[in-house]
Amino acid sequence: MAKKWHTCIRGWTLRNGIKSAIFTGYPKSPALVVILLLPLLPLANLVWLGVSNDLGTDPAKFIVDEMGTWGINFLWITLAITPARQALGWSWALKFRRMMGLYALFYAILHLLAFCTFLIGWRSDLFFRELTERPYIIVGALALLILIPMGITSTKSMMRRLGKRWKSLHRWIYPASLLVMLHFIWQIRASFYEQLIYGLILAVLLGYRLYLKYQR
Amino acid sequence: MLNAHKKPDSIKSSQITPESIYRNRRQFMKAGLGLAAVSSLGLPSIAQALEYDIPADLPQYPGPEWMRAQLAAAVRNDAFSTSEEPAPYYNAITHNNFYEFGTDKRDPVRKAQNFKTDPWTVEIAGEVAKPGKYNLEDILKPHALEDRVYRLRCVEAWSMVIPWLGFPLADLIKRFEPTSKAKFVRFETLVDKEQMPEQDSIFSTIDWPYVEGLRMDEAMNPLTLMAVGVYGNALPPQNGAPLRLVVPWKYGFKSIKSIVKIEFVEEMPASSWNIIAPGEYGFFANVNPEVDHPRWSQATERRLPSSLLSPNIVDTQPYNGYGEEVAHMYKGMDLKKWY
Repeated sequence: MAKKWHTCIRGWTLRNGIKSAIFTGYPKSPALVVILLLPLLPLANLVWLGVSNDLGTDPAKFIVDEMGTWGINFLWITLAITPARQALGWSWALKFRRMMGLYALFYAILHLLAFCTFLIGWRSDLFFRELTERPYIIVGALALLILIPMGITSTKSMMRRLGKRWKSLHRWIYPASLLVMLHFIWQIRASFYEQLIYGLILAVLLGYRLYLKYQR
Repeated sequence: MLNAHKKPDSIKSSQITPESIYRNRRQFMKAGLGLAAVSSLGLPSIAQALEYDIPADLPQYPGPEWMRAQLAAAVRNDAFSTSEEPAPYYNAITHNNFYEFGTDKRDPVRKAQNFKTDPWTVEIAGEVAKPGKYNLEDILKPHALEDRVYRLRCVEAWSMVIPWLGFPLADLIKRFEPTSKAKFVRFETLVDKEQMPEQDSIFSTIDWPYVEGLRMDEAMNPLTLMAVGVYGNALPPQNGAPLRLVVPWKYGFKSIKSIVKIEFVEEMPASSWNIIAPGEYGFFANVNPEVDHPRWSQATERRLPSSLLSPNIVDTQPYNGYGEEVAHMYKGMDLKKWY
């Protein structure tokens, strides 16, 4: 038991973390490394805007929204990889799936940190009120809670260790994506354009799985 | 909700001064001011010139030719102005909710620059002795403009301090002599799909025109302003040019922009956000930290502009800090029910 925990934690020290969680199993070509770093561009863009003092009048809201949007983008991309591989024959896409999922988690965590820092200023009274009274925040928090164990068990060794349970654990991405969609829909005020687009894409991605399931 | 009109308005129609008397009084006041000016010859002017820092590289909005002298003659009303520092001009003209031009805060400044606001006609209608369609110039002419620095609290939990130029709505109402049946004032924004792109969007939840309303006593409250300018100049189109309402103790959505119709009605009128989501936005919409929006807290606000190092989160005040002037109008009302 102790040994297992030890290796599990070891996987998350910085050096080994980068090695095992991110690059293990990937061809180590520089081109691929560059591609895998591309999803950091939205963050880099935000840092750039921040440095050049160009985040707008309400930077807090802007950053929180931006991080949330990119969290959704990468979650949807993660969900798109299996259909792309199977239906379009893009077999190469599979090797990006774990990283896309980790980037979804990465931006979701930044989204939460930005919310705590910029919108409620780490005031615990506000935090608990938001977390208990606002349905859209509750479903968003639940989605993040689901994604965290998925991120932790994304390493090859965890995959091996969990065996069959790994797959059932990672199927939780489906309810997580629905919660994220609800989190997004519950914020509609005057226009539902974005929610409609994201909703349609999610319907196709999840519909594909349902179709396969009932085909058999 | 629909029974709210049973709460009587505290202004009796007899209290609304007829225009003739009102005009005389204004002339009398003008004469008095003239005297004061003569007696203070050689001393610094009583009316401090309004000075706002408007960077030269930002768009300027001097307003139509006919409005400029009036804008320039505006005097600061200190009694009704907060001493808080107004938001920088840049932020006030680039961070706007004006959904006719798009739902993003930067949409209005991007899409409203060619919005035609002169000539402009305002229809006065309903329970009023002098209904009709009036040129904005004629509506504005008899009013001396005041500069008032108000806090603006958006229902989305951000706020800004804005120096408006305008005149009390009460003065306008008196001129047109509402009848005893006038219990509410209803306002309408322009509908023009050519100029206002979001009015043509199939994804919008708003049924255009944007409409708002005030109870008569709220409309007659001296704080309620008809604004034609900000920062010593005319209103930029993205801020609701050429004529908008400013009701500082209510959430910003009550302060309807680019008004084309003012109607006096007997029953509480429908208001746009109340139609869209009656459980979230009430007719009164008084700023109240105790009554949360169902989806987010109203206890605090982000005073804009904020920076990352100081998010500028301040506690929201009841009636946005204007309780002394307005709380009496809601005495005995259950504010949790009449949100």
